[in-house]
Amino acid sequence: MSNSNRKVLFEPVIDNNPITLQVLGICSALAVTTQLSTSVVMCVAVIAVLAVANLSVSVIRNHMPTNIRMIVQMVIIASLVIVVDQVLKAYAYDISKKLSVFVGLIITNCIVMGRTEAFASSNKPWPSLLDGIGHGLGYSAILLSVAVVRELFGSGKLFGHEVLPLVTEGGWYNPNGLMLLAPSAFFLIGLIIWAIRAWKPAQVEKREYQIKVVHRTEAI
Amino acid sequence: MPEESGRKGWLASLPNDSVAKTLVVAIGLCLVCSVIVSATAVALKPLQERNATLARKIQILKVAGLMEQGGDVDTLFAQVETRIIDFDSDRFTDAVDPETYDQRKASKDPATSIRVPPEEDIASIQRRARYAPVYLVRDNGEIQTIIVPIHGYGLWSTMYGFLALEGDARTVKGITFYEDGETPGLGGEINNPRWQAHWEGKTVYDESGTERLQVIKGTPSAGSPEAIYQVDGLSGATLTANGVNFTIRYWMGEEGFGPFLAWLRDGGDMS
Repeated sequence: MSNSNRKVLFEPVIDNNPITLQVLGICSALAVTTQLSTSVVMCVAVIAVLAVANLSVSVIRNHMPTNIRMIVQMVIIASLVIVVDQVLKAYAYDISKKLSVFVGLIITNCIVMGRTEAFASSNKPWPSLLDGIGHGLGYSAILLSVAVVRELFGSGKLFGHEVLPLVTEGGWYNPNGLMLLAPSAFFLIGLIIWAIRAWKPAQVEKREYQIKVVHRTEAI
Repeated sequence: MPEESGRKGWLASLPNDSVAKTLVVAIGLCLVCSVIVSATAVALKPLQERNATLARKIQILKVAGLMEQGGDVDTLFAQVETRIIDFDSDRFTDAVDPETYDQRKASKDPATSIRVPPEEDIASIQRRARYAPVYLVRDNGEIQTIIVPIHGYGLWSTMYGFLALEGDARTVKGITFYEDGETPGLGGEINNPRWQAHWEGKTVYDESGTERLQVIKGTPSAGSPEAIYQVDGLSGATLTANGVNFTIRYWMGEEGFGPFLAWLRDGGDMS
């Protein structure tokens, strides 16, 4: 794998993460992260859709009429999501029931359309495939981190196995109910963004405005 | 995309933004995508239906206390008899095939369901199918367990489940929910086997046949004569508990299985 391809694949994991830097795909990150098992399946689904959507769009990029470009991308993404949903219903029935509408909502996940539009429509198939997988991995990294914290502290479990014995089950851990509600994912993602930007200050955006103190003498 | 490669020479000569090319790409793409989507749906349908049936059977076996670890679901389910109830007559009917009858589908179709008047629609189900399946477990012909499907609106969405009664058609044997959108950890605790275990042995109807069973706030006091009708509340999930209460009240009441169960209590099944 060439250097540039490796960059395309791994850059989105931290340096150009779709959730923490581009702040896309937040909706599903809030919704499915109460349990690790659902998050893992969601990640696999998103990686598959992103990779194949990027690949397909890239293959036909030279024949793409500009005025129906987005519709074409949308049709490809929607078809892939339906296929993924059907496969989950057939092979991972219980999880697909838990994920309910959120698999279908991958269609509206901004990361997918964002990548087909920003990358696949102007790059060759192989880098596009890698870009799709890379962004899927970036999405997964955040989703799984959030899910570990939420499931562990919200219900004392990981993958449904008891880690912290709950008070209600005769243990000692009093679960944090907030972790099971969507706002906690907001806080966690915020903390992750903070941590990453503290580590890599290059990701900090320039301020759009700054309050300036004007001294009286200057004003005159 | 394969449809493009075959006619590349002709297609490549068209400017991308011409009307002809736009149409060709749009139609070609739609064809390819629709073939892929429908092929997947058709190919996976048997597997999905099998999953859905299996999941339903497991729930029924669980709520009836017949589920065995590692047991074959179909073998275990052979002891369960599926019958159809007609809500107009509140008796068994052979009008539809129990094997294929889909209550949920039927409740959406005006031909096979009735609109529940708003003042009676405490469980917010809007439409109720005319027929419903009931599952019976018999021992020497005598009914040991009656399992009825129930559903009603919780906090976020409709909760679907089963309620199992003892052969006396009065005492709860178990309850389970197999589909709901309640908040995990709060209302979602309706799926917790430990909470479901609180239902066991509770009484649905009092001596006069009035429906009394309900989820209360907190824990029923042990000495109280009311305790047999009361189930431990779910802390932090008052609205879900209300939904469960309304669901039970509706399906155990006059509009639901109430008259049928009363008929069973009077020995109707034996005659």
